[in-house]
Amino acid sequence: MCLAIPVQVVSVDAAAETAIVALGPIKKEVSIALLDSVEPGEFVLVHVGFALHKVSAEEAGRTLDMIREAGEAAGLEDFAGEAAQ
Amino acid sequence: MSAPGSRFPGSDAALKGAVEMAHGAGGRATAELIRTLFHRYFDNEWLAQANDQAAFEVAAGRMVMTTDAHVISPLFFPGGDIGSLSVHGTINDVAMAGARPLYLSAAFVLEEGFPLADLERIVASMARASLNAGVPIVTGDTKVVEKGKGDGVFITTAAIGVVPPGVHISGDRASLGDAILVSGTLGDHGIAVLSKRENLTFETEILSDSAALHGLVAEMVAAVPAIHVLRDPTRGGLASTLNEIAQQSGVGMRLVEDAIPFKPDVLAACELLGLDPLYIANEGKLVAICAAPDAEPLLAAMRAHPLGRDAAIIGEVVADAHSFVQMRTKFGGSRVVDWLAGDPLPRIC
Amino acid sequence: MKYVDEFRDRELALGLAAAIGREADTSRHYNIMEFCGGHTHAIFRYGVQELMPENVNFVHGPGCPVCVLPIGRVDNALELAEQHGVILCSYGDMLRVPASSRRSLLKAKAEGADVRMVYSVEDALNVARQNPGREVVFFAIGFETTTPPTAVAIRKAKAEGLSNFTVFCNHVLTPAAIHHILESPEIRDLGTVSIDAFLGPSHVSAIIGSQPYEFFAEEFQKPVVIAGFEPLDVMQATLMCIRQLNEGRHEVENQYVRVVTREGNVKAQALVADIFELRYSFEWRGLGLVPYSALRIKDAYSDFDAERRFNIVTKPSRDAKACECPSVLRGAKKPTDCKLFGTVCTPDNPIGSCMVSSEGACAAYWTYGRFRQGANKGELDGTVKQRPLSPRGEGQGEGGLATDATPKKAPSPQPSPQGERGKAGPVAGGDAA
Repeated sequence: MCLAIPVQVVSVDAAAETAIVALGPIKKEVSIALLDSVEPGEFVLVHVGFALHKVSAEEAGRTLDMIREAGEAAGLEDFAGEAAQ
Repeated sequence: MSAPGSRFPGSDAALKGAVEMAHGAGGRATAELIRTLFHRYFDNEWLAQANDQAAFEVAAGRMVMTTDAHVISPLFFPGGDIGSLSVHGTINDVAMAGARPLYLSAAFVLEEGFPLADLERIVASMARASLNAGVPIVTGDTKVVEKGKGDGVFITTAAIGVVPPGVHISGDRASLGDAILVSGTLGDHGIAVLSKRENLTFETEILSDSAALHGLVAEMVAAVPAIHVLRDPTRGGLASTLNEIAQQSGVGMRLVEDAIPFKPDVLAACELLGLDPLYIANEGKLVAICAAPDAEPLLAAMRAHPLGRDAAIIGEVVADAHSFVQMRTKFGGSRVVDWLAGDPLPRIC
Repeated sequence: MKYVDEFRDRELALGLAAAIGREADTSRHYNIMEFCGGHTHAIFRYGVQELMPENVNFVHGPGCPVCVLPIGRVDNALELAEQHGVILCSYGDMLRVPASSRRSLLKAKAEGADVRMVYSVEDALNVARQNPGREVVFFAIGFETTTPPTAVAIRKAKAEGLSNFTVFCNHVLTPAAIHHILESPEIRDLGTVSIDAFLGPSHVSAIIGSQPYEFFAEEFQKPVVIAGFEPLDVMQATLMCIRQLNEGRHEVENQYVRVVTREGNVKAQALVADIFELRYSFEWRGLGLVPYSALRIKDAYSDFDAERRFNIVTKPSRDAKACECPSVLRGAKKPTDCKLFGTVCTPDNPIGSCMVSSEGACAAYWTYGRFRQGANKGELDGTVKQRPLSPRGEGQGEGGLATDATPKKAPSPQPSPQGERGKAGPVAGGDAA
């Protein structure tokens, strides 16, 4: 429903409540009026030109670990053939 | 013929002022504009004769003719402008038949008030494109419409070319088992143009890929005369072009997402806007379809040319009663790549 | 792209698929409603359904703010553009949505109305700043994710004294919609639509937090797992739903922990609460009147309320006959159950909004899912008898029903990446440039 994308903060203009963010090699200016504070280097979620929330690196890592573990626990042998078609 | 370099002035454009109705009236103002601008930059023996038409001997063989109207906005974008785009685009239409482009024509509809300095930039750009491609602009026309009735400048170009013997390239010739190739990264032009539009503020290094492809095509046809289909994926991007061909040929296609070349900037821009890169326009790329055994030699010929360095084999032609184009995604699933209709606008949802 | 690519990893997907395959109890079905249109999109685009076992099904919910906006409100937007002569600024999603008499904002633009596509409400503010002599109306749509940006814009407009800027507010609320679905006869009494669990929306939850869903889990005894936006997120959340169902739990769990917290974005919530208030009820396409499900602008900011400035009255809507959007939105029917799907109603010629919006179930089915192999459940064979002719072709599929008069040659509106003309956005329909 709401197309939002995680981007990295490159620079902040606190007075104007805007920041320059980067998605890979692309840069864009977005509003940070909905956040309390944000520092260059942090990641935020952007929707319609506004940063909505920070993205937690720690939690992202934890989520990926859990996903990986679920897969390892299940074992891949049964599924590999079927899903590879 | 004057030395090519001399017609291009230094950084200060020679013309000042704006287009006026008189420039299109056919009188002295028109003649003056043609002389100081068009003849000067396009400079060739046909224009020098100052006739309403250009005469030349026609080579024996099959000829092709094509025309395009160009109404783009913005007129200037990273990597090109309406001028170079019109020259490249029309040359490419000829090249997609496997033909060698011979001559171009250019007709201008100018809006009253359009800055002459901008017109000069455009004409200079066209001249450069034409010169580099080796395809002269031999005839043309100029009209002026009242302020408010145009969008600065509209350009209509036409070109003729000759098809080498033994070459039969057409959209209905894709056959079962054929390989599908592209000449390089996709979506560059569309994103370059988007980056200039008022509403978008992102900076990107992407330049339009606008280029004349007839040199690349000549190498390809030399390596594989029996190419079945050539087409440049302009409006609607790769997806629309492949669907057109599939429909024309009555076949289906299976693509591999991993194999399709994209620049990272283009992918990032599409993510940001919710656009599907398969639908973004290209102005300097082509799609080629050939018999499977010819795929590797064709790929090699493409990669040997500067405009085909990133060429890749991206899929194959299959039987399909519905002429669907399907793609195996990076994720491992499969999806349909439909005509441009399902995902046309940048979205918030 | 960090935090994007990792969550689309194929190897990890296969791992999760194996886990789901192992843990799904073969003696039962798992019907999981993904409320959010973005999830519908991800499921189709990445073929997530193909990786699921037979007994795990996604039921597509109404989480598409474009799809649920009733025709009457789109008619109001048309009225603003055409009869009041405003500059109507709209997100791209709304431009092709069919209103009454098969009209749309895009068609109105072709006929001379000043309709402009914007990527952000900030663009609409700029239009207002640059055109002080014209009225500028921002067509605000969206769930709780999109509401805070509108709030920021209204606050800015007030601070700047931008008297020519107003908002036509159609912001709607997620929990109310979920509640309404769960209360619907098909689910509550008839049991015809069975929903065992919910995948909660990613970005709505970033704003409102996970707390508001606790009520549903409790009251309706259904698990709710808030899922991230990428296919691995959807799959992991599905696994979490399956585990809850197997264990007889019905809790709110948060898979999208890298963004969603229990309390959400408090600053954004406060700003929204300052500017907006609840409407007593609001008509949702397919759901009818839903109480306390939508927002309107408070009196304190009435100067920026387009409904008040232009005396907008919304007439109750009637969907096109035979259009099954209402049922599709409730998950009561599949797109292929609709007689119009693929015959008269295509993305090129949409009858209902489920087909126009790229988040709509019908559009997703059409764009990505018509030819799924494998776990197909027989829903796609035979329904589409003949592929409708190409957009460049002449005519339509079968049916003999009235088609709209837009010349089929018109290029689909894109914001002119190929350099086609169009100032703020797409080409006016009918312009074969």
